Amino acid sequence: MTALPRAVWEFVVGDDWLLALGVVITLGITALLAAADLAAWWVGPVLIPVFLLASIRRALGPRR
Amino acid sequence: MSGAEWSLALSVFLACAVEAVEAYTIVLAIARTRKASSALAGTGAALAVLAVAAAALGPALTSLPIGVLRLVVGGLLLVFGLQWLRKAILRAAGAKALHDEEAIYAEQAAEAAEAPVSAEGLDRYAFAICFKAVALEGLEVLVIVLTFGANQHDVGLAAIAAAAAILAVLGLGLAVRAPLARVPENTMKFAVGVMLCAFGAFWGAEGAGASWPGGEASLPFLVAFLALISLALVRYVRGARPPVPVPASPASRAEA
Repeated sequence: MTALPRAVWEFVVGDDWLLALGVVITLGITALLAAADLAAWWVGPVLIPVFLLASIRRALGPRR
Repeated sequence: MSGAEWSLALSVFLACAVEAVEAYTIVLAIARTRKASSALAGTGAALAVLAVAAAALGPALTSLPIGVLRLVVGGLLLVFGLQWLRKAILRAAGAKALHDEEAIYAEQAAEAAEAPVSAEGLDRYAFAICFKAVALEGLEVLVIVLTFGANQHDVGLAAIAAAAAILAVLGLGLAVRAPLARVPENTMKFAVGVMLCAFGAFWGAEGAGASWPGGEASLPFLVAFLALISLALVRYVRGARPPVPVPASPASRAEA
């Protein structure tokens, strides 16, 4: 019973859930700013590199 | 074709080619060590399932309101693109083993040779392995083809690009009759990751209600910006970690 949800999770979320969460946060902030009639296009270009860097640092593990 | 259409076709072609190379390696290893007819049957069955999925999902996607479509598709492309880019950056920097088609071929062939073969009828092992390989590699391509195509109102162009990539890989495979080890997979993954992230960010933001300065004209700048950021991250990782030894481990294959 859990095989399908797990497969979907692994397919969509992949190796690091932080990236999927980052996408949700990025698009959520974009939607909030746009709903308030504020410029929102810049949110992705700012936050995407931040989440990518965070995920890569997690993959590298703790620095010695 | 417009710049956006060229970008769509190129992204789909590269994404599909990378996945096709990976699936080809497994099918080739199984076909050579097991019953080739069963390996081909598994491949054919997976392609049939993917075709049915495309026929079902395509109209469902294109029937969504454009705002919802762009938000969902943008989000999906961003998630996929970031995953591709993360792996490609780690591999380019030497922090993760490169995808080694020859090593994967050897390992897959060794495993296949050990499994028992039924003397008559369908070789279930060969069928199942090939079905799974083609279905899993193909599913991600299917999502990319449908989402790109639906958003650009040109599923046909995306499908043509995907078919061209599969034919190119098959043609190369038939020519060399060996794992396609010299295909620059990581470079292709890097490029696809950047493109998926750029299109995902663009469409996702539009779906969320944002307007880009200059509309679609901002896409090339977004691609260039993300490519530069990614190259900078490669340099960062190179400085942060010693390189890992080759060849690819089974774990890295499973993650590919």
